[in-house]
Amino acid sequence: MIKYIGRRLLIAFVTLLTIMTLLFILLEFMPGSPFNDEKLSESQRELLNEKYGLNDPIPVRYKTFMVNVLTKGDFGVSYAIEKNAEVSNIIDKRLPLSIRFGLQALALGSVVGIILAAIAALNKNTIWDTMTTGFSVLGISIPSYVFALGLSYFLGYKLTKATGHQYFPMTFDIYQPWKSSILPTIALSMFVIATVARFMRTELVEVIGSDFVLLAEAKGLNSRKIITRHAMRNALIPVVTVLGPLTVSLMTGSLVIERVFGIPGIGDLLVTAISVNDFNIIIAVSFYYSIFYIIMQLFIDILYGIIDPRIRVAKGGQS
Amino acid sequence: MEKPTIGNDTRFERIMTSDAFQRDVVYEGISFWKDVFLRFKANRGAVIGMILIIFITFMAFVGPMMNEHTYKSKVDNHINLPPRVPVVENLGIFDGERAGKNVYLDKGLDDVYYWFGTDNLGRDLWTRTWVGTRVSIYIALLAVVIDMFIGMGYGLVSGYLGGGVDTVMQRFIEILSGIPNLVIVTLFVIILNPGILSISLALVITGWIGMSRVVRSQVLKLKELDFILASKTMGAPTATLLIQDLLPNIFGQVIIMSMFSVPNAIFYESFLAFIGLGLQPPLASLGVLINDGYKSILVYPHIILPPVIVLALLMLSFNLLADGLRDSFDPKMKQQ
Repeated sequence: MIKYIGRRLLIAFVTLLTIMTLLFILLEFMPGSPFNDEKLSESQRELLNEKYGLNDPIPVRYKTFMVNVLTKGDFGVSYAIEKNAEVSNIIDKRLPLSIRFGLQALALGSVVGIILAAIAALNKNTIWDTMTTGFSVLGISIPSYVFALGLSYFLGYKLTKATGHQYFPMTFDIYQPWKSSILPTIALSMFVIATVARFMRTELVEVIGSDFVLLAEAKGLNSRKIITRHAMRNALIPVVTVLGPLTVSLMTGSLVIERVFGIPGIGDLLVTAISVNDFNIIIAVSFYYSIFYIIMQLFIDILYGIIDPRIRVAKGGQS
Repeated sequence: MEKPTIGNDTRFERIMTSDAFQRDVVYEGISFWKDVFLRFKANRGAVIGMILIIFITFMAFVGPMMNEHTYKSKVDNHINLPPRVPVVENLGIFDGERAGKNVYLDKGLDDVYYWFGTDNLGRDLWTRTWVGTRVSIYIALLAVVIDMFIGMGYGLVSGYLGGGVDTVMQRFIEILSGIPNLVIVTLFVIILNPGILSISLALVITGWIGMSRVVRSQVLKLKELDFILASKTMGAPTATLLIQDLLPNIFGQVIIMSMFSVPNAIFYESFLAFIGLGLQPPLASLGVLINDGYKSILVYPHIILPPVIVLALLMLSFNLLADGLRDSFDPKMKQQ
């Protein structure tokens, strides 16, 4: 097991290095210098290049870049969005918000998804089953940003207009952090709900049909207990497989949700940075997304190794 | 009444009178593909999905030719017109009314019809929607091609050769799949500028990983079986083994996988276009149109509706189709 975890860690590290190198190459690929647009004299520009170490040979800069990022989390300064502000400060301000929305959506989505799955599996082939299944197919088919727009329009705008009272603010408001985060969280969790519900239903149906559930029934346990104590636990194990896609969807989702609801998070920051060519910020946000993703995958792999020893062997724990 | 006889022999008499009663029931031998087709046909959702996909694809190619507007032609005094369709307008819907007033008649455009209305630059939304749909169809095709060629090829080679080659190829995939899609797209968008090219390239780099894993695991399972050994003993070259012996056995899986990756790819393109990293105006894609509509959703909600509906229908259809195909290729997977 230790060998297996070690290998996973090594691969995660190599992946991280690869991403860093790609990002560095990207930085080099940029036409001109970051100070192209400004009205600077040749000597001033030279001074700035010197100050930010842009005149050093490439290997030296590669080393400084790696060391700065990996040891200090230092990505240099922002060129356009907040001139000369430390990128790490900008990120620090925005990251917690993005993480909060991600976690909220994940929590809400899993709970609702599991409940829906239980309803569907217990009432298999009834109208309830059809309804929840249909709902989850819709949830997967309708893009998250369309959901976000719909919620913002109908619940944020139309409802307010019709009732004269604002139940759900249309955009995120830092002074109403909970009330105004309801709609974004629902929009972001839609995909989570649909995926979890779909997957869990199949698993639950299988588990409910198995012998040990029959035994539990024969023992005289009531159905609620069978579901929560026996069936649910076993059905939850394979759900680990959907954690990967869920992470991806939360990441892409964050870009959209933050845009639509005006949440000052890092997804919104990335989109803005790309449109104004603020490279250091792009690199920093990409780095954080990658770290997050890599850690998630590492977590999934290790969880798998614990749950199912065969995977440990297949993924090279022995050699 | 003549006595029923058996053959020409009159010595025997038939006791049972019904012909059908005696007939042996012999099932017709059904080939695998026919079996799949029959199961697919019985799946209502999948068939509806299939029909919708064909219809939307058809409209994507024919729709823009149905009127004289192009996706970027603007008519200055025709801005923000609501939908108006001839004949149907008499029923009280699609009659060009907004807030109780007929906008068309107000502007003196008595016999002008925009079936989906116009946007804030006076462009015909009908044409733009279907032109935008073409992009989604292209992306869908691209996703399938990438899955079929890169993903399947990679999985076949990696799984069949095994050993050191397999190890190297799998480590490569592990590193590649550790890089979030979003980061790869960002890289391409910065180097090549936003557009269809950078999205296509990002798909080429990451779109095939899932497929190659499925194919590899199938090959690993199959290559130890006797029929492969038999083929090998008879001197079949590797290419024959791969293409004639292994491929037909995993093709069902391949089709299912590629169908599942289509809605993802369509979503990704429209999502990038929506946040402004995809196609750039005046080009139309469903994501661009939704973004346009979103900007004026409070005043002119009709602009956002057509692209949203087409996009949702397209993704729904592909999901239904993929589900249906999975159930018909492998009924055991469904179980219920």
